[in-house]
Amino acid sequence: MSTSDATGRRGRLFGESVLGDQLRKFFRHTTGVTGLIIVGAFVVISLLAPVLAPYDASRDRNLRARLNPPSAEHLFGTDELGRDQLIRVWHGGRISLRVGLAAVAMAVVVGSVLGLIAGYVGGWIDTLIMWAIDILLAFPGILLAIAIVATLGPNLTNALIAISVTQIPIYARIIRSVVLSLRESEYVQAARALGANPFRIVLRHLLPNSLSPIIVQLTLSIGIAILDVAALGFLGLGAQPPAPEWGLMIRDGFSQFLRAPWMSIFPGIAIFLSVVGFNLLGDAIRDVLDPRLAE
Amino acid sequence: MQRPRRWRFRLTTYVLRRVLGLIPVLFGVSLLLFLITRLIPGDPAVAMLGQRASAEALQQLRTDLGLTLPVWFNLEAAMQRGPLGLFDSQYFNYMGDLLSGDLGRSVFSRIPVSESLLVRFPATLELALAAMLVSLIVGIPAGVYAALHRGRLPDTLIMTFALSGVSFPVFWLAIILIYIFAVTLGWLPPSSRISVSSDLNEITNLYLLDALLTRNWSAFTDVLRHLILPAVALGTIPLAIVVRMTRSSMLEVLSQDYVRTARSKGVGEREVVTKHALRNALLPVITVVGLSFGTLLSGAILTETVFSWPGIGRWVYDAIGARDYPIIQGGVLFVAVTFAVVNLLVDLSYALIDPRIQYT
Repeated sequence: MSTSDATGRRGRLFGESVLGDQLRKFFRHTTGVTGLIIVGAFVVISLLAPVLAPYDASRDRNLRARLNPPSAEHLFGTDELGRDQLIRVWHGGRISLRVGLAAVAMAVVVGSVLGLIAGYVGGWIDTLIMWAIDILLAFPGILLAIAIVATLGPNLTNALIAISVTQIPIYARIIRSVVLSLRESEYVQAARALGANPFRIVLRHLLPNSLSPIIVQLTLSIGIAILDVAALGFLGLGAQPPAPEWGLMIRDGFSQFLRAPWMSIFPGIAIFLSVVGFNLLGDAIRDVLDPRLAE
Repeated sequence: MQRPRRWRFRLTTYVLRRVLGLIPVLFGVSLLLFLITRLIPGDPAVAMLGQRASAEALQQLRTDLGLTLPVWFNLEAAMQRGPLGLFDSQYFNYMGDLLSGDLGRSVFSRIPVSESLLVRFPATLELALAAMLVSLIVGIPAGVYAALHRGRLPDTLIMTFALSGVSFPVFWLAIILIYIFAVTLGWLPPSSRISVSSDLNEITNLYLLDALLTRNWSAFTDVLRHLILPAVALGTIPLAIVVRMTRSSMLEVLSQDYVRTARSKGVGEREVVTKHALRNALLPVITVVGLSFGTLLSGAILTETVFSWPGIGRWVYDAIGARDYPIIQGGVLFVAVTFAVVNLLVDLSYALIDPRIQYT
């Protein structure tokens, strides 16, 4: 495809000014900046949790303060074991952030490798890989993750692996389509004619051109992963007690919710804010990086 | 308009190729599910009966489940009983059962999985269709309004709001809705499909339809009241994409020549929007909603769990807690197959409606 070819080349010639242009465009994007602020705050607050408020979930209980509603002492109230919900929601952010990032990172690496091989090698290997990808895509949403965790056993690591597997197809498809469109382009042909080995072509020419669709997808994927971790936790298939995981906290809150609705309200707001942050950011990045979509 | 014969020929081959293309994918789905459930470490019999089960009971269950057979090929049986014995293995028995529509039985209730599916699926279908309807009723006007106020405050607000819709955990939203509308205000029932006191003749198991068919109006309102909260909760999932699609599709249509012609003829703005533009803008919206059907099915697992909705989602959820593997396997397989078939149908109908689509 000639358009991505041209932008790729221009990107390298005027790298500075294109980046500057894109940054300027991004900072004029109100919702994008809002997203960036939310995500930034989420990351900083989560990272600072162990410094500002050390917490050991396995020892935390205060049976004299059970199911207290939100007050000055416990801003988010307490649960049925008298645990302060504010500190649990705060530390829950670390779990969501870590699992979200790790799941997406694994998916990007595995998906990219599969997509590169499929697109570059072609032939029956391509057919085989795309068959596997189509199979994964035949499971809607987190259904595959549920099936995997239900059999592997419910814990956070298995939830992470399962969520990662559900995200592999997106990246494999993106990379494969970029590779297919560039494989026969003139500059890749030229590199090949000059005797560049396949690894060099892939690393120097194909991967850099796949970056912008990957970056757009990345931000949105982290939001989806955070939602999926929470969903598995809520179903009892993710993090296990006493971990302060948001989905698990909502699960605990659901069983108490006539007496203590705050137990499920606050973790839900935390999930919503972090996911909306990543979604707003991802949307803005898409507008900036993909001029064809900008209206 | 009579379409050229070549067009019809290409369409036929396209349809055939897509339908045939589904077979390897469905085969792969069944293989993957087999791998997930059979080749994991640990003994399913122990997982089902627990650590303290007696050795005889475990052995009995293993034999019942066919776990004493080799996984892929039964060489021993081939030696004794001839070449066909080779296929008396876990995998080929599983595939044979699948192809004859036998999904096994629940370990606990002993009810055939396929039988329960027939009762459970209409509940999920009714919920998913109602959720789609909610997303269309809210999403299309919102998208049109955003398109007409493009770049201004209402546009930004609507698009941000739509994006928030997909950022809620659907199970959390379900809990909040129950808390507000069932517990606090007492307007709507908090769970299940129908009141215990309601009397309804089940024909299709789609309760709204059954109530209509039997002209049972009290049951109809009762079912409808039960349906509202879960449908709204689940409807937020496709809402964002409906709004976004309506907006961009409207913007595209509004900039076309025939819309300008209509305006220059002096057709009123309201009529231009509703009659000329919206009708043509809706096609991609309908497609997108069709394609989001699968996401609705998986979202239904979470929604049904909260609302005690007796559909496939709640059933699989309960089976996970009870380690009832045949139900998990059968339920997941059923949803995946439905998803693949619905996607194919949406693709095909789109190709039929819109002749611009290239069949390559």
